[in-house]
Amino acid sequence: MSPGSGGTAPAGVTNLTVAYGTRKVLDVPALEVLPGEVLVVIGPNGSGKTTLLLCLALLVRPTTGTVSYFGQPVTGQRQILQLRRRLAVVFQESLLLNNSVWENVTLGMRLRGVPKNEVKARAQKWLERFGVAHLAKRQARTLSGGEAKRVSLARAFVLEPEVLFLDEPFAALDSPTRQALLEDFEGVLRETKVSTLMVTHDRNEALALADRVAVLIGGTMRQLGTPAEVFNFPVDEEVAVFVEAGNILPGKILSQTAGLAVISTDGKEIEAVSSLPAGMKVTVCLRHEDVTLSLPGAGPLTTSARNRFAGRVTRIFPVGSQVRVTLDCGFPLAALITGRSLEGMGLKEGQEVVATFKASSIHLIGHK
Amino acid sequence: MDLILKGIVEAFKLLVHGDPAVTMIALLSLGVSLSATAISLIIGIALGTAIGLTRFFGRRFLISLINTGMGAPPTVVGLVVMIFLWRNGPLGVLHLLYTPAAMVVAQFIISVPIITGFTLASTQQIDKKMQFQLQALGASRMQMVWLLLKESRLPLLAAVTAGFGAIISEVGASMMVGGNITGQTRVFTTAIVMETGKGEFGTAIALSIILMILVFGVNLLLTWVQQRSKTS
Amino acid sequence: MKFSGKRRAIFPAILLSLAVLGLVFSLMGCGTTTSPAPSGQGTTIVQGKTQTGSATTQTTTPVTAAATTAAPAVREVILATTTSTQDTGLLDVLVPLFEQKTGYRVKTIAVGTGAAIAMGQRGEADVLLVHDYTKEIPLVNNGYGINRKLVMHNDFIIAGPAADPAGIIGSKTAIDAYKKIAAAKALFISRGDASGTNSAELRLWTAAGISSKGQSWYQETGQGMGATLAVAAEKNGYVFTDNATYYSTQKTTGLKVVFEGDPVLLNVYHVIQVNPGKSNKINGPGGRAFVLFMIDPEIQRFIGQFGLGKFGRALFVPDAGKTEAELGVQ
Repeated sequence: MSPGSGGTAPAGVTNLTVAYGTRKVLDVPALEVLPGEVLVVIGPNGSGKTTLLLCLALLVRPTTGTVSYFGQPVTGQRQILQLRRRLAVVFQESLLLNNSVWENVTLGMRLRGVPKNEVKARAQKWLERFGVAHLAKRQARTLSGGEAKRVSLARAFVLEPEVLFLDEPFAALDSPTRQALLEDFEGVLRETKVSTLMVTHDRNEALALADRVAVLIGGTMRQLGTPAEVFNFPVDEEVAVFVEAGNILPGKILSQTAGLAVISTDGKEIEAVSSLPAGMKVTVCLRHEDVTLSLPGAGPLTTSARNRFAGRVTRIFPVGSQVRVTLDCGFPLAALITGRSLEGMGLKEGQEVVATFKASSIHLIGHK
Repeated sequence: MDLILKGIVEAFKLLVHGDPAVTMIALLSLGVSLSATAISLIIGIALGTAIGLTRFFGRRFLISLINTGMGAPPTVVGLVVMIFLWRNGPLGVLHLLYTPAAMVVAQFIISVPIITGFTLASTQQIDKKMQFQLQALGASRMQMVWLLLKESRLPLLAAVTAGFGAIISEVGASMMVGGNITGQTRVFTTAIVMETGKGEFGTAIALSIILMILVFGVNLLLTWVQQRSKTS
Repeated sequence: MKFSGKRRAIFPAILLSLAVLGLVFSLMGCGTTTSPAPSGQGTTIVQGKTQTGSATTQTTTPVTAAATTAAPAVREVILATTTSTQDTGLLDVLVPLFEQKTGYRVKTIAVGTGAAIAMGQRGEADVLLVHDYTKEIPLVNNGYGINRKLVMHNDFIIAGPAADPAGIIGSKTAIDAYKKIAAAKALFISRGDASGTNSAELRLWTAAGISSKGQSWYQETGQGMGATLAVAAEKNGYVFTDNATYYSTQKTTGLKVVFEGDPVLLNVYHVIQVNPGKSNKINGPGGRAFVLFMIDPEIQRFIGQFGLGKFGRALFVPDAGKTEAELGVQ
């Protein structure tokens, strides 16, 4: 379900392979970054995500296949150099030069021949936008990790790229820094609506930012779809294991009372521990192992869990030594139970069960 | 001890009176060593950057050759150059032996591995991703190399200091390919050895002092530039 | 690179100025033919010791160099000679004279007799000024050297500590002195460097029937005469030396002459032209011109007076025209 907006994809690959000697590290028949979308590529280490990014960003030549921009295949060194100047790339390391922050932020513009007054205006604007304008004269070496990352982001945005590439940009930051930065970054992405390809192994980032998610495992693309599709309906076991999805449900907070929020999703109401305000759109995340199953008719259990739903088993799926049971409770829900429990309860497809989970097990992602 | 004092007095006298022979020696010493340093800087930096930033078959072997070259005895280099340059040698037609040019050649060969080695070490340290980042920002290959060199300007200045220091203090090769000819190829080091051989220790010390002053002067300049670059 | 600001240019600026400086300096070096002393003043390094007021030497300096003849075809002449001739400073005066007179440009390479002869053999020099007949004669016999002419001589002497522990003073012959040294096992410092001086020293040990090498009292420095004298002075040992170097360093070393005068101690210098017939790279006319120059009567007179002003005694005795037999040498 791609948000087709009619325009040609700014960037894409066809029959792309990358091999080092006899070792094939990447094999992607087709992938596109659609105009204005944020495409997040996730996968385990060594899956080829960075290689894919480098190929798309015209920094590494593929072994076979073509990279296309705006519908045209890219050939020739000169075209590559010209196109590079319409993109921006942010890496995991901030990679700032041993200079002042201002020098670093303006370098790309100077390389691209942006007129002087433009350079000054843009640099000022984006340094402020990322909250590091007060560091303009400082030596880049003296910045903290978070500050440096903000500078490198500013450095990318001043270029007003047509496509933005990010390779695990927040991976090297500690959690609180990452949180703060992620919020700012999400805001910027939404404002600028720049076509973006981001590589990450962090589910939260994918959930927070992605319009579409591509799962890359072992150099091949296993699944491509919305975050909900990928996380809720992993297409095979490997994806499922990697995605360690848990349940992802879109919803809206109906009410908020002293730290307990009631969320409406697919017509049902879920209670969650959260202080997000009423009216906010959210994504409900619930790990599979936090869902307990019981057989109906086993008497009204008095349990502290706030959420109880009746549903029917739609699929049973082995995951390692455990089993994933997918239910339809009016909204899709999946639980992870041991094989023994499965046998003990004699669960089968089509069976009626009751699913229970605590309000505190729910993780809400708020969308402003 | 009195010999050293005598040497200091003589050095002072020579400097003040501007003894023409000493002036010639000073000009030649600086001329030969500075030229050799400059040429080996150009080639050494180019070579060191190329090897440091790229991967190719036989790279490791080449690097160990360069490291060996850094420690090659200058006298051996002198001997080999002399054999190449003398009349019956393969390059004898150039008639370079016993000229300052031959000394520049020998000193160049001595200092180029040093400078290449230093450049190599400092460019290898640079994160490989930095190359990508610079290219992504829009730098052409040349611009990228230039930016990376500026990043490692401190080690590069150290390379210049090391290279120059090695050859201004060198005597074996200079003696062999230069011949220590009065007014033509006599430099400080060969003059000092000669005077010592003659037993003229006072003169030898005087020359040594002047040489040290010159070397100190050059290093002062280089250090000033290096420390300035640190803050720029 | 349009993005480079003014400050950025400092690095290539340094490079450029280094290269320019270097070229300027070496070109200045190449410009002058020899040391700037057309007035014939010695180019000894230390000004204090320059032959200032050496009126006697000055007036007899044959600077009345005839107008230089038409520039010779091949200007460069390589003169291979010994360190002792260089150390006395004689060549520093003679070579510029030769250059003015003939228009040749001489490269004086002072390497020691052994290397000089080898260079002659290889055709890497055009003319030799050496003092070891045991090596010179084979060179001539094999056809590599021609026009071997007697130029000058001075004396070898045995110098030693004033205390004279082996009681050399008063010996009748050089061999006597040697025998006394060996008998007393007195410290003897040798050059041990295949130079003409060393060669002469060793010949005497052989003649005296003493095998000195390896003995504990016999030490070799492997260095030039001046350095060897310094070592002898430092260690209070005896040393075999030419009198020119001895006198020019006497004040510093404090050594005394303990034996001199034996005819076998004559230190005879020959000039030998390297045979141009052996290789077309050899400058025949240049070599020949130098030989003629060294035996020229005016130059010979000059040689005879060299050193008078500086040391109060002439360092060499001119011998051109005499035969070897007259001197009792080969």
